[in-house]
Amino acid sequence: MRIADLLSFCVNTVRGNRMRTLLMLFAMAIGVAAVVVLTALGEGARRYVTSEFAALGSHLLIVLPGRSETAGIGPSMFVAQTPRDLTIDDALSLRRIVYVQRVAPLNLGSASVSYLQRSREVPVIGTTAEWLEIRKWVMDQGKFLPAEEASNASAVCVLGGKVRNELFGAQSALGEWVRIGDRRFRVVGVLGGQGRSIGMDVDDIVMIPVASAQALFNSSSLFRIFVETRSRAELGVAKDAIVEALAARHQGERDVTVIAQDAVLATFDKIFNALTYTVAGIASISLAVAGILIMNVMLVAVAQRTAEIGLLKALGAPQKQILYLFLSEATLLSICGAAVGLLLGALGVWGIGRAYPTLPVQAPLWAVIAAVVVAVSAGLLFGVLPARHAARMDAVQALSRR
Amino acid sequence: MGAQEIRVIELSHIERVFHVGDQQVHALRAVDLCIARGEYTSIMGPSGSGKSTLLNIVGLLDRPDSGRYHLDNADVTSLSEEQLARTRRDKIGFVFQSFHLVPRLTAAENVELPMMLAGIDPHARKPRVQQALQAMGLANRAHHKPEQLSGGQRQRVAIARATIMQPTMLLADEPTGNLDRSSGLDVIAVLEALVEQGMAVVVVTHDPFIGERARRQIRMEDGRVVSDQTATAPEKS
Repeated sequence: MRIADLLSFCVNTVRGNRMRTLLMLFAMAIGVAAVVVLTALGEGARRYVTSEFAALGSHLLIVLPGRSETAGIGPSMFVAQTPRDLTIDDALSLRRIVYVQRVAPLNLGSASVSYLQRSREVPVIGTTAEWLEIRKWVMDQGKFLPAEEASNASAVCVLGGKVRNELFGAQSALGEWVRIGDRRFRVVGVLGGQGRSIGMDVDDIVMIPVASAQALFNSSSLFRIFVETRSRAELGVAKDAIVEALAARHQGERDVTVIAQDAVLATFDKIFNALTYTVAGIASISLAVAGILIMNVMLVAVAQRTAEIGLLKALGAPQKQILYLFLSEATLLSICGAAVGLLLGALGVWGIGRAYPTLPVQAPLWAVIAAVVVAVSAGLLFGVLPARHAARMDAVQALSRR
Repeated sequence: MGAQEIRVIELSHIERVFHVGDQQVHALRAVDLCIARGEYTSIMGPSGSGKSTLLNIVGLLDRPDSGRYHLDNADVTSLSEEQLARTRRDKIGFVFQSFHLVPRLTAAENVELPMMLAGIDPHARKPRVQQALQAMGLANRAHHKPEQLSGGQRQRVAIARATIMQPTMLLADEPTGNLDRSSGLDVIAVLEALVEQGMAVVVVTHDPFIGERARRQIRMEDGRVVSDQTATAPEKS
């Protein structure tokens, strides 16, 4: 029998039994759609967390003063610890390390910011122009802090969106002078809303040059140094080089801690991957159920079509051919079911995407392929029993049934 | 009478025993039968006389428990399942009382079915189907489903299907059993036309009116052939 004939015969049979076909398609489709939607959700959650961390910069190292307390028992425990402050010069010295692409010192304090009669208490961040690139923030209006010597305490500031609104309302803020603490700063830019980042509301801050911040808070020390490496692969060597460079400046004392986002990110990655696999496993149970349903319905179909099987035998179809006919039918149904399932799944994923725009739901390719492969093999596997039943039927008895 | 020499069917000492519960039923007891090419044979007898079993064995749908069966001078008693199927496909046509048309296929598709199973090129199939339907006077019913056809038309579609592979014999089990007299006669006329073309036709029937039209009439009772008469002069209707 020709493949084209086999197919057209199966299509004919499948179309001839609408109810049965719909039932089987439905079962298979739900199984496949469940796998697609659930893995898409798991994958979406993983991506969401990953992207949240990536927003911090995936090539990012953060230098903080003092030894990390997780170092455990060591000689440092017995030495009186007086961590040396990080200074602007420390930060600038890191620029000389080859792996380092950008460096932004960070100083943090709180001050009252006022314009005319309005005044607010706002976190004030002192940093340099490179901060914008490291954190990949965008400007809403105007410019970020000017690219100048870090030691230059120019009297300019950048406002968070909320601060701008509360101080200026509908009025334009650019070029206006605000008072921060006891100094006057000219507003050069307004930050675009990036939501929350490293635990502070980007909308609710004011940024000034790091040297100005040191003067404002009357301190020469830095809170953090943000370092961006040239590539993710160089995070490790860069980390060692930073510790070395700062130790050389601090009389051989390794008194800084360098942390990477990477370690945390990797852990989350693992957790969410495990979650996705689990969910996919649960969803694939519904595929197995669909397979069993296909077997049931095919068995009923074989019983209903006994006379036809007898006829096929009388017309000269050997057992093998009848086996192929029924197997092809089951396979055809599961392929169509899988296709409908993919469609339903895509629709579901699209719906979730519409309902939760921040969640990057998308079914991973492996899950889609696995769902289809499992669906089709379930159809084939559970089709074997009914097909063999049909093939082995006794022709005379089959024909005597109407 | 030259055609008589070519034996299509040659049964010797065929036995068939069914086990019903712990009872043994001898459906066929030592049946010997030869049928020649172009012979028109009817098998009659009361129900349970073994005529259907005989037809099933002749049609290779059932195997005898003992005895030999030569079809076209080849021993078919020990063929494999697949070989039997191929022999059925190429040499034997079946016509059933209940037509056994596939309900979801059109008349033309039903006729095409044996050629499809045989893997014949689709381009070669279409003209043959058309020709066969035309010969049955059903050219304008080609795209009707069986449910849209009358009983007589259905049976003629079934005959077209049974003969599309140009078999050497046609086996009909109560071909008029589900038909009224006039469409039954139509069907018999078609079968008789096939005999004219040299096909061996075996009709199993209850109906003496149908059975007695055949030139050779076999009566069975209790698994045995009790009479086997060949009319000396061919009947013309």
